[in-house]
Formats: sequence, structure tokens, C-alpha cells
Amino acid sequence: MSTVVDRDELRDDVLNGLQLSTQLERIWRTPSGLAGALMSVEHKVVGRRYILTAFAFLLLGGILAILMRIQLAGPEKTFLSADKYNQIFTMHGSTMMFLFAVPVMEAFAVYLVPLMVGTRNIAFPRLNAFSYWMFLFGGCFLWISFLFNVGPDVGWFSYVPLSSLQFTPTKRADVWAQMITFTEVAALAVAVEIVVTVFKLRAPGMTLDRIPLFVWAMLVTSFLVMFAMPSIMVASTSLILDRLVNTRFYDPSSGGHPLLWQHLFWFFGHPEVYIIFIPGTGMVSAILATFARRPVIGYPVVILSLIGTGFLSFGLWVHHMFVTGLPQLGAGLFTASSMLIAVPSGLQIFCWLATLWDGRPVYRTPLLFVIGFIVIFVIGGLSGVMVASVPIDTQVHDTYFVVAHFHYVLIGGAVFPLIGAVYYWFPKIAGRMLSERLGRWNFWLAFIGFNVAFFPMHFLGLIGMPRRVYTYTADMDWAHLNLLSSIGAIVFALSFALLLVNVVYSLRKGALAGDNPWNASTLEWATSSPPPPQNFDRIPVVKHRDPLWADGESLPVVAGLSAERREVLLTSLAEAEPQTREASPEPSIWPLLTAIATTVFFIGSIFTPWAVLWGTPPMAVTLIGWFWPSGSKEDEE
Amino acid sequence: MRQTIVRNVAELPTYGYGPRSGPWWGAMGFMALEGMGFAIAIGTYLYLYAVNPNWPIGASPPDLWPGTAEAAVYLLSIIPNEITNRVAHRQDLAKVRVGLIVMALIGIALLVLRGFEFAHLNTRWDNSAYGSIVWLILGLHTTHLATDVGDTVVLAVLMFTRHAKPRRFSDVTDNVFYWNFVVLAWLPLYALLDWVPRL
Repeated sequence: MSTVVDRDELRDDVLNGLQLSTQLERIWRTPSGLAGALMSVEHKVVGRRYILTAFAFLLLGGILAILMRIQLAGPEKTFLSADKYNQIFTMHGSTMMFLFAVPVMEAFAVYLVPLMVGTRNIAFPRLNAFSYWMFLFGGCFLWISFLFNVGPDVGWFSYVPLSSLQFTPTKRADVWAQMITFTEVAALAVAVEIVVTVFKLRAPGMTLDRIPLFVWAMLVTSFLVMFAMPSIMVASTSLILDRLVNTRFYDPSSGGHPLLWQHLFWFFGHPEVYIIFIPGTGMVSAILATFARRPVIGYPVVILSLIGTGFLSFGLWVHHMFVTGLPQLGAGLFTASSMLIAVPSGLQIFCWLATLWDGRPVYRTPLLFVIGFIVIFVIGGLSGVMVASVPIDTQVHDTYFVVAHFHYVLIGGAVFPLIGAVYYWFPKIAGRMLSERLGRWNFWLAFIGFNVAFFPMHFLGLIGMPRRVYTYTADMDWAHLNLLSSIGAIVFALSFALLLVNVVYSLRKGALAGDNPWNASTLEWATSSPPPPQNFDRIPVVKHRDPLWADGESLPVVAGLSAERREVLLTSLAEAEPQTREASPEPSIWPLLTAIATTVFFIGSIFTPWAVLWGTPPMAVTLIGWFWPSGSKEDEE
Repeated sequence: MRQTIVRNVAELPTYGYGPRSGPWWGAMGFMALEGMGFAIAIGTYLYLYAVNPNWPIGASPPDLWPGTAEAAVYLLSIIPNEITNRVAHRQDLAKVRVGLIVMALIGIALLVLRGFEFAHLNTRWDNSAYGSIVWLILGLHTTHLATDVGDTVVLAVLMFTRHAKPRRFSDVTDNVFYWNFVVLAWLPLYALLDWVPRL
């Protein structure tokens, strides 16, 4: 291989500490002003935007949930019409799954993974910026459509023939299908970035068995995204083609098949649950180790469990289709695989409990949320084993029992760890601590509110209340449990309001965090809070699984990177041996322009197939602008 | 936190080839997810094939010559593609320019052939589920082909400018690598679209 070594270049090994910090900050900082904000390719800037946007969608989705619970609080209420209720439960599900749960996990990864693996930026920073804009535009498109009464109304699963032109002749299902494309493009881009960041940008010495568990979790999640999401893209593309240009994928009169939709949707939809859950487990491992004050017991077991969960998650999509009529062999196989996935999840839980048992736990707010997660997720897991069985599933299918089950799994498995993660990493991101007192109130309101809201739904399902109904009659005897559930939902919502208050208050008045306020062991805590644009003045060298605990006050680092251009260190896949010093892209407006062109293309194609023709040239022009190396210091010389 | 310098990496190169380079891994990632997209599309075809008693539905199989001609061109294109790879590794700018022009022309020729293939499918997208899935699969691969040709053309133009820096040769090898995937993706699709309806 040819080597380019410019000995006249300014390197970090000739600068002292303060000179180096100043120089690197100048090179890596996002330009100021509006133009700078629109051009930013810094992973922390993009990550913060992603997190805030995803939480904004959580707020919107949560408001819809409360509207539904008000409607269902008593029998025969007229607070919402049937039509509006259909839109609202569809928007709630679509928002929570596509605009909150998956993006927020990837958003945390965008912010944290480069810091945790000890590098200066994510791989492909411009793609990262592009993915955020696509996510933002796709989410806004969905919500603006909803506000203009064109919001989808056929469920977040959009089953055909409900979503076919015959039964949904307006643009509602088209809006849903195109929103899917937006969010999948964003998710897939982030998945590739995370995989390459973990594979190639790890700090020297961070061998595969020294990677932090959260990073492992995000690596497995990224592979799940890459292999699951193409399925929903094929499904939604076929759906919109059926609706717009009269293809026949799902039309049984011309050889199509409605169940094809369900296969494609759930081949994505079930791994989707683990795409949301696995990052949560990574957060739990990170928080637990810090507050139990010892490494997680069974590090290899946890990793194998993550990988096992990822593999198995592709083998159980058909359990969503038990009532469609399956060959007995198929039903048996998918029952077995659905139950089997409890094994790796259970192994992780035992590892965490053992860690708590053997550690010296400090019960701060992040750990409270982790304990809440364990309780709620175990209940959700148990009801999951129940619905994995064909006879039980046949009885409770499409009842509130299933609503209870998946909220226990998704909120228990993802949202509780996520809120714990907010409390845990807020000091790193904002430089200030969240209020512990408000945090404890936050936890108890969330824990009690959640269980009061969703536990009664198990009983409602067992006594026959179906999902997705906008009202019920008084003689059904569902009123008391529904009222209880609605009260719980409001308490649960208050806990999020308290979190918001805590964040706003602490941003101004919170105690200063310092570099490592929790005495944690992973690399993100080795830099200042909030981290400088370059993340690390010098790239750390990792010699232990818990470097900050093992290395004490002296962190081993490398020198020799450029101090006059953006440069990242690439290392080998397994041993993380340094291999090359590659340029990292400068800020650019092209990702935003490309996202705008892509948005025009996608939205235009809802209204006319010709948009595929006139929408392509702007996309091509912006992509060429993005690809062209203008602005790169090396190319300007 | 105090820092102790334990290694100097100043002598490392500023770019690498293949698995040593970041973009190569990015290309691998996109190949994985695009490959999965093709696999799902193939699964969809076979599902529709399985649930229909007659296949193809209301149409004769596609005419063989366009797809077969494409398959032949794809396979032959591996030769100039590999030559381009070798001269890029040798950083021979003149030959890299020739290699990229040849590959761009091959790509354009394949797009023309693809036009003929659409015309010889013997079914429209709206005739039946068979027509729909055939057009979808061919459309997906055409998008795949067109983006790669676009990439090759832009890279070829780039190599005639002042931006033809040493690390661009690594980009050329990644482009070569990706083209092999375009070829590899076509072979099962060719068998599926042109031969399965004749079973």
C-alpha cells in the first residue's frame, strides 16, 4: 500500500495540552449561525437534534394516548368520533414505533457510540446529517397530514385490504406508506454508520471483548435494522404501487394475496420489537455496572444473549398470524421459537440480578428506572410466553390483553431504560446534573402510573374487550377497569411532564457535572461534560474492559494525528490495531439539500407518478454536490 | 484526567484499500441491506408463485434474449472491472481513467439493454400479481444499476480534475467492489425472472 506521510503537517505531538485543545476545537467545531447549524456534521450536534426531535414525537404520541384514554374512560363517550379515533390510534402507534422508539435509540447511539469507542466523529458524518433531515421531514410530513385531516387511519400495521384503494380511497394510506420510506431511509443510514463506527473507529486496543455492552447492543440492533427493514420497504412500496399505479400485489382477483402483506410486515415488525428492546438492554448494562459499582457479571453471556436474541427475532414473525390459519407444523415451529426467545432475555436478567447482588448498589434515579424495567419487563415477558401459545393467542388475539402485553414489553423494555439513560447521560450531554429529588418523583409516578394504566388491560382483554374500538356500551362491564386505566395513563403522563420540568430546570440550575460524576468506567466519561467538538484531545488506548476503573488517573493515549485537518484513526476489526488516519468530512449543506430533494421526490410521487421523472434530477444534482470533494482541505491544496 | 502517550501513529497512511478503508465497510453495509431487499423481493416472487396455480399469470414468460445478453455483458464486465482494480492499486492515473470510462460505457449499455428487457417482459405491471412482481424486481435492480453507473460517471469525471488525489484510487477500488455486487445480484434475479416461469 502507498503511504502518504506529510512531515510538514502540524501534528498533535508537537502541541502542549492547551494549544492542542484550542487547535482541535477550531478545526472540529460546527460553524456558528444558521448556516453552520444547517451544515453541521458533528455527531453530537446531530445526536442531540435526533434525541430532542424523537422526544417531541413522544410528546405528540403521548397526547394522542391521553385523548384515547379520555374517550375510553367511560362507556358511550362522544369525546372522539369513530373516524377521529381511527386516525388517532393509527397516529399514536405509527408515531411511537417509527418516529420515537427506533429513532430515539439510534439517536442515543449517534451521540454516545463514537464517545464510547473513543473516536472523534461517527463514520460517514454527512450521511448521519442526511438521515436526521430525512427523519425530521418524514415525521413532519406525517403530522402535517394528520393536522390537515389526511392522517392515516388503518393502524400502524396498515393491513390490506383495509389500506387498499377500495377501502381507503383518500391519500391517508399513501401518507403512511411514504412516511415509512422516510423513516426507514433514516434508520438504515444510521445502522450502517453505527456498524462501521464500531468495526473501524474503535480506540486502539478496544478488542471485541472490551467493547462496552451498550455499544454491543447497538451493533446487534444495527444489524437487525439492516436485515429487517428492507422487508417493510418492499411491503410499503408494493402497497403504494398498488394504490397509485394499479399493481396487483395484494389483490386476490389478479393473483395477489393479502397475507403477503402480513408476512412482509411482520418479518420486519417482530424484529422491530427487538430493535427497540436491545438498545434498552444496553442502557441497562451501562447503568447497572456504574451503580452496582462492579462490571456486569457474565459479559460474554450478555453478548451471546444479545446476538441470540437478534437471530431468534427473525424466526417468530408468524406468531402474529396464528389466527390466519397455519399448517400445524408451522404453528408448532413458531410457538417454539417464540417461547425460545425468552431464554436469552432471561439470561441477561439473571446476569443483571447477579451484578446487583454481588455489587454495592447506589440507588440513584437511573438505577431505580432499571429496577422498574426489570419488574415490568418480566411481567411483559411472561404474558409474551402466554401469547406465544396458539390456544391462548387464539383466545386473546386482538383484545386488550395484547395491548397490555406489548406495552409492558415496549415501555418496560425500552422506555424505562431510556428514561434511566436520560438521567444517566444527561450530565455528559448538558454538563449539569438532573435533580435527584425530582427524579425520584419522576420514577414513582412513572412506575405507579404505568402499572395502573396497563395492568387492568390484561383483565379487560380476558373478559373480551377488543382492541381498536372507539367506545363500548355500559352493559359490557368494562367501565371500571377502563376508568382505572385512564387515571393511570394520566399519572404516567404526569411523570413525563415532571421529566420535562426537571430537564428545563436543570439545564439552568442543575449542579455542574464534572467529567465523570457517577464514577463510571467507559470512555465517554474520560472527556469533559459536555464533550468538546473533537471529543478527545488525544485518542485513548484501551487496555481493559473498564478502562476508567482500571487505569486510574492516567489514561494511555496515542499521538501523531493531524492538528490542522479533521482526521480519525481507523483500527483493525478484531484487535483494534491502528491502520490508517482517514479524513473526516467537513460541514456541508449538501446533506440537507439532498434530503429536501428526496422529500420533494417522495411526496410528489404520492400525487403523480411523473414525480419519479422530474424528481430524480434534483436528487442526482444534490448527490453529486455531496460526493464532490470541494471543501476538503486535502483537495483544496 | 492525566494522559500518557503510549504510541505515535504519525507514520500511518492517510487512506487504505479494501477492509482497511472506512468507505469499503460502508459499501459492505449497503450491499448487505440491498442484498436483503433483493432477497425479500425474491421471497415475494416465490410466495406469489406458490399461492397461484398458474404461473406466469395470463402471460408468456419473458423473451430470453435481453436478460441473457445482460447476463453475458455483466459477466464479461468483470474483466475490465478487475483491470481497473489493479491499475487503481498501482495508482496509474491514465489507466484508471480509461478503466472508469470503459466501465461507465458498459453500465450505459446495460441500461439500454434493460430498456429492451422491460419491453420484452410480455406483461405489464398492472396485468396481474405476476406482472407486478416482475416489474418491481426489475425496477429495483435497474435503480441499483443506474445509481452505480451514475457513481462511476461522477468518479470518472473526478479523476480528470485536480481532485484526483492518491486517496481517490481507494474510492475507485470501492467502486469496483460495488460493481461486482451489482453483477452478483443480477445472476439470481436473471434465473428467477427468465427461467423460473419456464419450469
